[in-house]
Amino acid sequence: MDTSQYLDIFLDETKEHLQNLNTQIMDLEQNPENMDTINEIFRAAHSLKGMAGTMGYKRMQTLTHDMENVFSEVRNGTFKVQPDMIDVLFRCLDALEEYVANIQQTTEEGTNDNEDLIKILNDILKNGGQVSAAGSESKTEEAPAPAQEAAPAASGKGPRWQTIKLNDTEKMLIEKAGKDGVNVYGITVYVEEACVLKAARAFLVFKALEKLGEIIVSVPPAQDIEDEKFDLTFSLIFISENTKEEVIGAIKSVSEIDEAFCEVYTVAEPPAPAQEKAEEKVADTKPSASEQKPAPATSAPASSNTKPTSKPANKPVVNRTVRVDIEKLDNLMNLVSELIIAKNSLVSATAADDSKGDSGSVNEQIEYLESVTTNLHESVMKVRMVPIESVVAKFPRMIRDLSKKLDKKMELYMTGEDTELDRTVVDEIGDPLMHMLRNSADHGLEPNDVRVANGKPEVGSIFLDAYQDGNNVVIEVRDDGGGINVEAVRNKAIERGTITPEQAESMTDKEIIDLLFLPSFSTAKKVSDVSGRGVGLDVVKSKIESLSGEVEVKNHFGQGSSWIIRLPLTLAIIQALMVVIGGEKYAIALGSIQTIEDVPPEDIKLVQAKEVMHIRGTVIPIIRMNKVLDIETTVDEKKNLTVIIVKKGDKQAGLVVDELIGQQEVVIKSMGKYIKVPKIISGATILGNGDVALILDANPLI
Amino acid sequence: MEEVKTIDEQKRNESLNRPIEHDTIQYIVTQLGEEQYGIDIKYISNIGRMQKITRVPKVSSYIKGVINLRGEVIPTISLRLKMGLPEDEITKKTRIIILKLEQHESIGVLVDEVKEVVTLDEEHIERVSYDKDDKAKFLSGVGKVDKKLISLLDITSVLADVVEA
Repeated sequence: MDTSQYLDIFLDETKEHLQNLNTQIMDLEQNPENMDTINEIFRAAHSLKGMAGTMGYKRMQTLTHDMENVFSEVRNGTFKVQPDMIDVLFRCLDALEEYVANIQQTTEEGTNDNEDLIKILNDILKNGGQVSAAGSESKTEEAPAPAQEAAPAASGKGPRWQTIKLNDTEKMLIEKAGKDGVNVYGITVYVEEACVLKAARAFLVFKALEKLGEIIVSVPPAQDIEDEKFDLTFSLIFISENTKEEVIGAIKSVSEIDEAFCEVYTVAEPPAPAQEKAEEKVADTKPSASEQKPAPATSAPASSNTKPTSKPANKPVVNRTVRVDIEKLDNLMNLVSELIIAKNSLVSATAADDSKGDSGSVNEQIEYLESVTTNLHESVMKVRMVPIESVVAKFPRMIRDLSKKLDKKMELYMTGEDTELDRTVVDEIGDPLMHMLRNSADHGLEPNDVRVANGKPEVGSIFLDAYQDGNNVVIEVRDDGGGINVEAVRNKAIERGTITPEQAESMTDKEIIDLLFLPSFSTAKKVSDVSGRGVGLDVVKSKIESLSGEVEVKNHFGQGSSWIIRLPLTLAIIQALMVVIGGEKYAIALGSIQTIEDVPPEDIKLVQAKEVMHIRGTVIPIIRMNKVLDIETTVDEKKNLTVIIVKKGDKQAGLVVDELIGQQEVVIKSMGKYIKVPKIISGATILGNGDVALILDANPLI
Repeated sequence: MEEVKTIDEQKRNESLNRPIEHDTIQYIVTQLGEEQYGIDIKYISNIGRMQKITRVPKVSSYIKGVINLRGEVIPTISLRLKMGLPEDEITKKTRIIILKLEQHESIGVLVDEVKEVVTLDEEHIERVSYDKDDKAKFLSGVGKVDKKLISLLDITSVLADVVEA
């Protein structure tokens, strides 16, 4: 079979599954008992195995298969998750990633059999519990399937319907049925593990049962079952006049049904809490070969109680998605840009025509067009937005590995993974973030003994926070380590000849820290493969600037440092304030503007030969834009000044312009590579009348 | 038979001293002040009338600014200032020639007037070796057409420092 056309999808999905496995195994390391996590891992491994098999990647299939076997046993409670096991699992994931990387490059999985890993996995199976039969057989590919199924049947399966929680109507129905002398059954159905169309089988079971009686409630809910959002089992409360055997027979008539339990349901006392009820049922009905049977303590049923009910809630709501080539989106975006330019020219054309008389209805239509294009633009933008989760999800694993490699205890805390950014930005931001995290782990955090000596918690903390701030997205990498030793940087810079000792004297701490962003500047005392090779921060900075973003460092010596990346939400179309300076039109991004002030000329004061303005308790430097742009202002000196207050980080500046035109959506156009434009010009845009206006970026002035 | 014919034709061409097709270059002749300059037609993608040029601050003076060419923002330079001639006077005849060098983006060049297209063969091109003064380093040669002399621009070197910058 030619599977090459599915290769892209295979790669995408495999990467997703691997990422998911990474995250879940991290989670498992923290909570080795969490059944939800184990199930999730099992599912992901299972899907991986299936996909690799379909695509004909035998080695990948074998490895995932053996991983799946281990999880299968963990899931059945045959043995517990050990820390060593986690390490092995991570190694397996690395091996799988290697396969994927090979496939991506050559469409072949490579020749590494990873026999050592497979052997370790099998040893786990052998030594972990009494499942040696399944374990040893799993070396061959086909054999373990039946063995594996036999094991769960013996130890893991049992009626679970006791855990169903009932609402009042359902209770009423059951009570009524009891009075009418109709049988009430609790049913738990297990679908075969190899079953491909679980939902269809479940549907057939429902169908068969509905012929015999009435289904009162099912767990998971029928809708979830239809969407295949259940594991291998579902439970029902069922009213029927038929006998138990008839019901079981009806269920078993559906193929690929592994096991069906059906017992008479006894109505519990209404005030009895669900847990006790479940326990009571366990005791009452004595199901055969159930893991719940020998567990008299409330905790056991309680944990199994939460399982089936919480499962559907944990699963994300069905995402209906379509994978689209990014180029198609770019194309769409360009068309929307053109549309906005055309709309703008229509607006200015009617504005010019306005004097001729009645153009009310035209204006109305244009306003309508305007709102449609704005919405269209927003929608297209949103289509291009993806959560940064896809990038940051790999970091916990990275920090875990770094922690072992550097022999430092550390934890990564992340917030705002759902913050969305333009796809192109998200794709680019991964490497810089990784550099910064490595930096924090390697340079930022002190060794554990030093931390303890300094009265800090032994385990270092690294924080990665992402959030939206106006038209920007801010990503902050923070650690509670030693912070930047400004003196060390200063001495290093002098030693390297980057600055002279005299210069060093007059430089502020902030200026010194900025030296870190120069190429080949590293203060790490020893070079490791984690960091310290002198490439990094300069790359980080140039990368972020190429995305029109900026990096800022906040340093508290002895308490840690934070690195703040600020990125524009969108790269293509922005809301801008149009202004006139010396007869020329310029656009200023609305995102950077705080307020606009009308200032009498006498309010401008001179401090150290620089113009400043005092407003609402702060002193703000004044920048005459006409001077920056080498043009004569057209405004009378005695008249009030129009000052646009812009901010950069926590600094502010007032830009003096001649005139304000208004707010407008502008499409950012590149100015080409021929002219080296000054930094204050961030791009150009085409106005409604076809003229080109330059976009001012105030940041370099502040 | 056919082969013989072509060879015959070639011989005749040679005997008649006619240019052989692939050795000719077409130039667009432009007027800059008193002088005429030729630009190899293969670099030219478009010739447009004068339009609003948006000034870009803090760049070399020969860069006049940027224009809107069908939705793209294209930088435009003054050939006069680049050649060390006095500042352009914008008239009705002023044209913006859009040049497209391989692997580079488009760039506009301001000229006083576009005169004609001439076809020159190697024989009518004199490869001059001036002292390398400012003007001459941009020339690839001088073409002779009807007793007129046309300075042929070496576009790559005219734009060389613009491209670099």
